[in-house]
Parts: sequence; structure tokens; C-alpha cells
Amino acid sequence: MIELREAGVTVPAGEHDAVILQPTTLTLTEHRISIIGGNGSGKSTLARLCNGLIEPTTGSVMVSAGSGDGSHPGDNTPRDGDTHDNRTHAGETSRADAPLDTTRHGAAARRLVGFVFSDPSAQLIMPTVLEDVALSLRREHPKKADRLEAARAVLERFGIADLADRSVHTLSGGQRQLLAFASVLAADPAILVADEPTTLLDLRNARMIDDLLLSLPQQVLVITHDLELAARADRTLVIDDARVVFDGQPTEATAFYRELAARGAGA
Amino acid sequence: MTSSPLGEYITRRSPLHRLRPGAKLLGLFLFGALMVAFRSVPVGIVALVIGVALALLSGMRAKDLLRVGRRFAIVGVLLFAFQAWQRGWEHGFAVVATLFALLLAASALTASTAADELIDTIVWLLGPLRRFGVRPEQIALAFSLTIRSIPIVLAQARETRDAAKARGLERSPRAYLIPFVLRVVAHAQLTGEALQARGFGDD
Repeated sequence: MIELREAGVTVPAGEHDAVILQPTTLTLTEHRISIIGGNGSGKSTLARLCNGLIEPTTGSVMVSAGSGDGSHPGDNTPRDGDTHDNRTHAGETSRADAPLDTTRHGAAARRLVGFVFSDPSAQLIMPTVLEDVALSLRREHPKKADRLEAARAVLERFGIADLADRSVHTLSGGQRQLLAFASVLAADPAILVADEPTTLLDLRNARMIDDLLLSLPQQVLVITHDLELAARADRTLVIDDARVVFDGQPTEATAFYRELAARGAGA
Repeated sequence: MTSSPLGEYITRRSPLHRLRPGAKLLGLFLFGALMVAFRSVPVGIVALVIGVALALLSGMRAKDLLRVGRRFAIVGVLLFAFQAWQRGWEHGFAVVATLFALLLAASALTASTAADELIDTIVWLLGPLRRFGVRPEQIALAFSLTIRSIPIVLAQARETRDAAKARGLERSPRAYLIPFVLRVVAHAQLTGEALQARGFGDD
């Protein structure tokens, strides 16, 4: 669950402060949430607020593993070395899902909320596929042999085990983005935020990533320009001019956004 | 497809792959130290033979050797000219030959050692410095980022040059250098953000 409490972002710019995001209050509990809006509207800032990559200049952002509606097994934070094997269902756990303030507990918030960028080449850190996944597992598996074995299992799960020893540079765009997802999900976050994950991909790869996003046990928050993907969510936010201008049904939201764009073009 | 001047890891089993990374690093260090200490024309020739042998042993092919050679050529020619002018051609040959041999040996190291293994070794080597406040893991990460950045920066240089050419600005250093620097910095910022998102700098 992600909770914004009057969270806003302004940056000093000359005499006046530039408002990147107006103070916003939101409680995001739905399993699949999409965010749409124009370039520079503040979508990416909203996404980055969710895992403390950007800290709010006013208000606060709280994240917690519990979903509130019990629709996903959101108790599997990697905080104390959970593995994929002992994940339990939300209803069965008594573990405290205390909300974390992203400003005060940035590190813990980032472990709870995985983040995938639109350009995977900046996101992939290590030279080979297996090493990049293993890097996410260094906290869970201090021993290298265990770590590599776990990384192989992750690649297996994503169907890219055959790429394990390939150099990251030799991968296709779709493979790279899939690897970026695998590396982030290897750390087993409770929530996944993806910032335009399919923008650089061809149609087939974009659909492959869409299907992956919608099949994850994690709560997913996806920013996209692909209205087809946006409409497959449970709830959609439309951002315009640094504020949430529509919040509700995906089909209504995309209709609202189309109208907004048409009006903007006419003006 | 770009590759770094040192080349990339070659996934193949060779005797060099089986050696421990620490042993290879130590070997490279000793090789370099000996070549410099006993620099002469015969030593230069022996060094070249060893360098080529190591490179081939690590799984590099003739075309990989040529690529390393081509990249080294400009530096090599200038260095040779300068040394030959200052101290005679024998010295020039010895300097250039040992440097090229070292470059080949280093290429053999990167070709036969996964970055992960190399980094583990660096962490292990720096372990004793922990008590002085050194964080070996962070230094190791800096190493791996540097290694990984080389091909990315080369690719960006090519892209920027293409962009300048496409606009007919191939003769203008400003149209090339400024966007290039901006691109590299932007990429560094993205990488920093990605590192932070993946939990680095927190622990």
C-alpha cells in the first residue's frame, strides 16, 4: 500500500519555486494501478516519490507491504532475509506491516518498493546477466555460491536461464527490459513501480512486459503512454499540470485523458 | 556492438578461466613489474610472445588481437616516436613492446575472469583495510561500474558523432563535445538513480 499525505514537490527556480507536484493525498491499495498523463506533467515525480528516490518537500509518503484488501501476498518484504519459498498469504501472517516513511526510512522503503526505469541500459549494473541478478541478492545470500544459484533460479522463473552468461550489451531491447524486471524482482519487493517500462520496446516485447506486469503477485504501479495497458489496471490516475486530475475507472480515465489531450491540442 | 579496449569476458573454459582471480591479478602485477624492471629489446620480444600466448589461451581470437592492436596503434606510434627521439629506437621498441604485452595480458585477464570474481577478489584484498574505515564493497562496486561504463561511453561517443554528422556539423568540435559530455553526465545520473533504487548507498 502506498499512501501520500499532502505530498508535494517544489524545486527552487529563480525567483519563484517551480511546482513539480502539487500537494497530493492518495491512498493506493489496488493491486494494479496505472498512471497516465502528458510529458512533464509530474507522473515520473509521483512514481519516484513512492520509493523515496525523490523526497516530498511538503507532506509525507508512507509505504507498507500490506495491501489493505488482501488481494496479493504483500508480506514478502526482503527485510530480514525472506526467500521466495516461505512466502505466505496476507491473511495468514501476523507480521507487522508498519507503514514506512520514505523520508525517514528511505533505505527500507526502497527495499519494499522495487523500481523499473524505461531505459534498462542505465539500470543494469553488472556486465553479465547472471551477475546483475546476483547483485540484487547480496543481502539475502552472503555466500557467493548460494547467490549465483538463487540468481539462476530467478532467471529460470523468467524464462531467460539460457542468457545467464551473456554480456548485457549483447541482449535485445526486450531481453534487457525483462532482465531489468528479473533483477528488481529478485530482491522480492512487495510493491513494484515501473516508469514507462515499454516505451522503448516493439509491440511484441511491449505486450510480453505488459503480461508480466499483470501476472505479478506484487502490487504494481505503472506509468505508461500505452492506453491499452493503462486500461487493464484496476484503477487509473491521470496527471496533468502537476496534479491528479482524474482518479478512478481505467476506461473512464483513458477517455478523460483523450479528451484532455484533444482540448490541449485545440487550444 | 562496441567493446572496451580491454575486451570483454569470454564465456569459455580455458586453463586461464580455471585459475583463481587473485592468482591472475598477482601474475599480471609481477609480469608488469618484471617487464619494467628488466626493460630491453630481448625482454620486449619475450614479453610480446607471452602476451600473445596468454591472450590466445584466454580464448581471444586473431581478430580480437588485431582489435586490441588497432586501438593501441596511435598511442604506440606516438610513444615509439617520442622514446626513439629521446633515447634511441631500442628503448622505444622496449617501451612500446612491453606496454603492448601488458595490454594483451590485461585483456587475457578480463577475457578469462568474470567481473563478479574480480570484484570478490578486490573485496578480499581490501579486507584488512576495513579497520581503517575503508568499505571494500563500495570500492568494488566503483570498479565494476567503471568497467561497465567503458563500452557505454564509447557507444555514446559514436551516437553523438552520428547526430552531429546528420546535421552536417562533423567539422565542429562544439557540436560534438558539448552534447557528448551532457550525455555522459545524464547517463551517470540515471545510473546513480538506478543504483539508489536497487538499494545501494543504503547499507
